[in-house]
Amino acid sequence: MEILVCAKRVPDTSENEIELNSAGTEIERDDLVYSINEFDNYAVEEAIQIVSRVGGAVTVVTVGIDDDEEILRREMAMGANHGVLISDDGFTGCDGKGIATILKAFVEKAHYDLILTGAQAEAGEAQVGGMLAAMLDYPFASLVTAVEVLDTKKLKITREIEGGNKEISEIDLPCVLSIQTGINEPRYVGMRGILQVQSVPIPTFDAAQLNLDPATVGETAAKVKRVDYFVPALGKGAEILKGTREEVAEQLIELVSAKGGLK
Amino acid sequence: MARIFAYISHKNGVADDVALELIAAARKIDPGAPLTAILTGSGTEIDTACESLRHSFTEIWKISSGALAYPNAELVRKALARILPRGSFVLVPHDHFGVDLSPGLSIKLNAAFVSDVVEIEGIAPPFLKLVRQEFGGQLSTHVKCDVSSGVVLNIRPGAFKAADVAVNGVVIDKSSEIGELSCGRRYLETVAAESGDVDITRQPVLIAIGRGIQEPDNVSIAQELADAMGAAVCCSRPVVDAKWMPKSRQVGTSGKTVKPKVYIACGISGSFQHLAGIKGNPFLVAINKNPKAPIFQVADVGIVDDLLEFLPELTSKVRELAGAGRK
Repeated sequence: MEILVCAKRVPDTSENEIELNSAGTEIERDDLVYSINEFDNYAVEEAIQIVSRVGGAVTVVTVGIDDDEEILRREMAMGANHGVLISDDGFTGCDGKGIATILKAFVEKAHYDLILTGAQAEAGEAQVGGMLAAMLDYPFASLVTAVEVLDTKKLKITREIEGGNKEISEIDLPCVLSIQTGINEPRYVGMRGILQVQSVPIPTFDAAQLNLDPATVGETAAKVKRVDYFVPALGKGAEILKGTREEVAEQLIELVSAKGGLK
Repeated sequence: MARIFAYISHKNGVADDVALELIAAARKIDPGAPLTAILTGSGTEIDTACESLRHSFTEIWKISSGALAYPNAELVRKALARILPRGSFVLVPHDHFGVDLSPGLSIKLNAAFVSDVVEIEGIAPPFLKLVRQEFGGQLSTHVKCDVSSGVVLNIRPGAFKAADVAVNGVVIDKSSEIGELSCGRRYLETVAAESGDVDITRQPVLIAIGRGIQEPDNVSIAQELADAMGAAVCCSRPVVDAKWMPKSRQVGTSGKTVKPKVYIACGISGSFQHLAGIKGNPFLVAINKNPKAPIFQVADVGIVDDLLEFLPELTSKVRELAGAGRK
């Protein structure tokens, strides 16, 4: 089975505090540590596991800039067979539909039986997989938590639905699935593994090679634009307890007791 | 002004409560725009659900078909794409179904799409100005969306205050307009959630742990506090993903909905998916070493500290107190 995984390099929120620039238009990106979007990492692991069961190859693709090669190499160190970078100055300012359009152009150059994306990335939009499937007229399922290959034409999949319930379906190939975290346990990637793939060439495609006019996918075509960032003010905010650790613990016990929280 | 449609889910004949929130969202786009509820389903279930919405919507479109008995987003999308007028505004709850349905629907309608909308600031044609969140709620953004060819908006449940509305609406049967439906994804069955060893939905006091617990061995730190307090331990999604606690302990949209009196969130940033699982307005305590964690905005009391240091201190204080009480 030929599997394509669409991945994205994102600021790693476990390594960084996300700060605004002084104008409030962007986050401070200078010293950010980036890593692969966590959801995408689960998708790559799932693809590797499927291929180890039924054969085939895993290609990881990202739409981005040269620095994004880093995540492609990381996923190749995990076991993905190929990495592909799609990059063009004209792609700056793409919205989700723009990214899906670029990916569609790439998919149409090759043949993939199965396309995986992470369920969402740092912006929580959860949109590219569903858009890509609609553009290709492939079946789609989101929030997938289990994949079983039934035969060369179909999969049995589990979707996560409300309340911890699971929705089981059959889906025809080729299809697009958005993968939810927890579907597997992504393997550890050490520095050594990354060094081993350090010199593997990564093919790069630009707009012309994909027969795309940047005017149809980049900033001018984007219908959805982020205007600024700001720190949300929900509710009144918590009363922050102050003092030594011991004092804070005592204050908290008093407050919790008053609410019936101690037996 | 374009028409606004609100897609309403229903189960056993009961329409999703979010319907009233979608009405509130529609009013924020344009209080004067005609608003139509749209439901898909089959049999008496959809009839009952449509009927129940007549007090909330002036117009309800019913799409009834055996093929739509189960809400398979692949089929619902096809039905909607055939029936919705081009240029419409379509509101869908941002839940497990909306995530499945809407991105593809926007492509089929050649409309714009904005996901997980938490506020609507208004329209200045051709732009609609909206608010979203990124980085798990750490930052908000204003989004400007060109709606000249219509838009599909996934609206976050709970973000809009349910509208107060009393109308006498009419149900319009659109079933004959959708034609045959088929798709490459066939629903087989639903597997109910496991119940687990502890029923967290019935616990008055919950100690909730998140990513901040860092290591599986540290779960015992929370369990010791829970034992001392007579509470139970629950968790957020990353703890279940890492297999450090069973799914039956997960609080949130894809886990359990809990209604405790006291909820102590330890090392939990406070994503909306997690917060949506906490009902009944409990006394909410947040312990997190990141003072900017979104959980502090919704908690009653906050403690900025490392939970691995703070919880053992709290546990020993609780034990001291219990010991003193016995004497």
